[in-house]
Amino acid sequence: MAMLSRVADSLYWMSRYLERAEHTARLLDVTLHQLIDVDAQVSQQRWLRLWQTLHYDDANTGSISPQPVVDLFTTDGRYADSIAATITAARENARQVREHISSEMWEQINRLYLDMRAQFHQHAWQQSPHRFFASIKMGSHLFQGITDATMSHNEGWDFIQIGRTIERAHNTASLLVHHTSILQGYLNDGQSHHAEWTGLLKMCSAFEAYCKVHTPEVTPPRLIEFVVYNPDFPRSIRFCADSIHLAAERILQRDGLVRGNKVQRSTGQFQAMLEYGGIDEGLQSVATDLHHMQQACFRIDAALRETHIAYPITYAMSST
Amino acid sequence: MFQHYQLDSAWDEMRRADGHARAHYAELMQRISHISPQELAQRQQSADDSFLAQGVTFTVYGHDAGTEKIFPFDLLPRIITDAEWRTVERGLAQRITALNMFLHDIYHQEHILNDGVVPRDLVYSCKHYRREMRGLTVPRNVYINVTGSDLVRVPSGEFAVLEDNLRVPSGVSYMLVNRQMSKRVFPQLFDRYNVQPIEQYGQLLLSTLRSLAPHISDPTIVLLTPGSYNSAYFEHTYLARQMGIQLVEGRDLVVHNNVVYMRTTNGLQQVDIIYRRIDDDFIDPLVFRTDSILGVPGLMHAYRAGNVAIANALGTGVADDKALYAYVPQMIRYYSGEDPILNNVETFLLSEPPQLQHVLDNLQHLVVKAVGESGGYGMLIGPHSTQAQREAFAEQIKADPRNYIAQPTLQLSRAPCIIDGHLEARHVDLRPYILYGEQINIVPGGLTRVALQRGSLVVNSSQGGGSKDTWVLYGE
Repeated sequence: MAMLSRVADSLYWMSRYLERAEHTARLLDVTLHQLIDVDAQVSQQRWLRLWQTLHYDDANTGSISPQPVVDLFTTDGRYADSIAATITAARENARQVREHISSEMWEQINRLYLDMRAQFHQHAWQQSPHRFFASIKMGSHLFQGITDATMSHNEGWDFIQIGRTIERAHNTASLLVHHTSILQGYLNDGQSHHAEWTGLLKMCSAFEAYCKVHTPEVTPPRLIEFVVYNPDFPRSIRFCADSIHLAAERILQRDGLVRGNKVQRSTGQFQAMLEYGGIDEGLQSVATDLHHMQQACFRIDAALRETHIAYPITYAMSST
Repeated sequence: MFQHYQLDSAWDEMRRADGHARAHYAELMQRISHISPQELAQRQQSADDSFLAQGVTFTVYGHDAGTEKIFPFDLLPRIITDAEWRTVERGLAQRITALNMFLHDIYHQEHILNDGVVPRDLVYSCKHYRREMRGLTVPRNVYINVTGSDLVRVPSGEFAVLEDNLRVPSGVSYMLVNRQMSKRVFPQLFDRYNVQPIEQYGQLLLSTLRSLAPHISDPTIVLLTPGSYNSAYFEHTYLARQMGIQLVEGRDLVVHNNVVYMRTTNGLQQVDIIYRRIDDDFIDPLVFRTDSILGVPGLMHAYRAGNVAIANALGTGVADDKALYAYVPQMIRYYSGEDPILNNVETFLLSEPPQLQHVLDNLQHLVVKAVGESGGYGMLIGPHSTQAQREAFAEQIKADPRNYIAQPTLQLSRAPCIIDGHLEARHVDLRPYILYGEQINIVPGGLTRVALQRGSLVVNSSQGGGSKDTWVLYGE
């Protein structure tokens, strides 16, 4: 039976929102943890970069203290990237397609939502923010594992895969874009910003994996090489691009749509950009490359919508 | 076990007036008396847990969005003999046939109106009458493909029709899951009784729907739901799964050149038959309510062009208007020349001045209902009302008499239920489901609804009712 576009769309966004919640939780967790051992000025800069990464464009960003904004990004449903907003949206999407996901998946995402609500009650989460953020990340990991183990790996599953990996690739690119200044900084002043670099790796959940390859000696070129171009690390942009391209090919094979070429072209270009790309030692083109990767993610998202979800009627009539 | 089980003037499903069990209930009564109250409570609990885990729930309006409740299930089956059932079955087939002929007639030649059997203005003033259906030919000339008539058993033991639900009747999924549950709870008892099966309902519904597009060999059939916030959403998902058809929302469908398509990831796929669970008012914002976001713009045009079949047809609500209900016996005589096998409940039409006066004088003994409402909304139960409520309602009636009918307070029959570990009698009704495509099919039994409050006569799920499995036995 063919899959309804609405169902595919809900599965895709369920997955994207959950990944985004995990990303926000990790960013806040790492930044709060770093707060402990630095002076005020460094700390202020870190928060600034974090707000930019999370698209918080308040004119007064520079002058406000971090805690209320951490609060906003955790509990305030009005901020699209907040944990509250993303978990709620993920669950709502799942609820709309309960018949198409396994009951184990529904129970897990529902539990994650209910536990989160319980933690928000009377600000219980503030007792131990670290524990709270860890529970969000674990909840997301559990959901992914349950999805792999209990749902048929059919077209719906492929939309879930694409949703998760495109969100992850875009988040990583966007995180690095807002940190290029500290990565390039060492070339100019020759100083080591070791704490920033390990922090950045931790925000990508990449510190342990990096150390296994490069030892804890972090340098910006190696860091970028690892979180962008490493083919084996599951949170690298390269890994995500491979996974997106494979899922898009499976969908194309099932559907046999001529129109599907557009999706495949965009995922293939993205994949090639990562497979055959690399960095120069001077890190001159990093910002441009990352920007291109973000654009590629937008293009894939648009191609998917245009081909499978919200295609114009006349377009569909002429080419099916 | 039986000390709480009192007989009164209502017909008792289990016991005769002398207190002995009716023959077909003897086995059940005997079994139950050997089970301890603790054991019964335990079985009840495990049934409830199982319903909740399976998501067999309905949504309650007026609470937090998405409040889900189980429809309370009583373990003891309601038992109907083969002879009783055959009368019901013949009566329903006769009635549905006449109602369908009435619908075809009022949307075409209007013989019954021209002959003065049914008042013309009663039809035209009905808010469910659809001018858009005038002169339209529906597949097989069948308007009401799925019906869920509400029957009650009056003190004489006869079944009577209380309401014909001809629009989008719900509850059939509870009939099906109740059967699965009672097989699990009382497996031996089920074996001892020779119960007629109902599990074929999904298959029968599918072939009824399929019969609406006889010229298409493999038609695409969809179930159109208002979405996951609808109180009957569980039923929609359940039936779609049983039939192996797509569950779609209005936004999944598009109409192009008077053809209906659904949006799939693989492009547009033409839809031939729609089993809709959305009311007429919301089905097409271009023709009916413009503020509806549940429907499909252009659907009515595709329907008129004959490119899609819709079950039930639009405009069927006019025949279950509570004022026209009073004329169903005349319709049966008019179209078939036969006397009705199933009687109506006595009904006063408030548009008639003498009847209006009688009703206003006797409000405390009567049940007054708004003609276009269902689900137990918009009604006054005289004996259970206060003076102030009656006065307020009388004002509403006088303002718009056409909008109300009155009926005597009915003594619904009573059946044994397990309440707090012992047996008590509760009032019940019966909603059989009638399928009408190539022919009329009625699965034996239906949904027995129970008023779980002691003495209550309201069985609606939205008003604290429950349900039980219904066993129709094979004949000797």
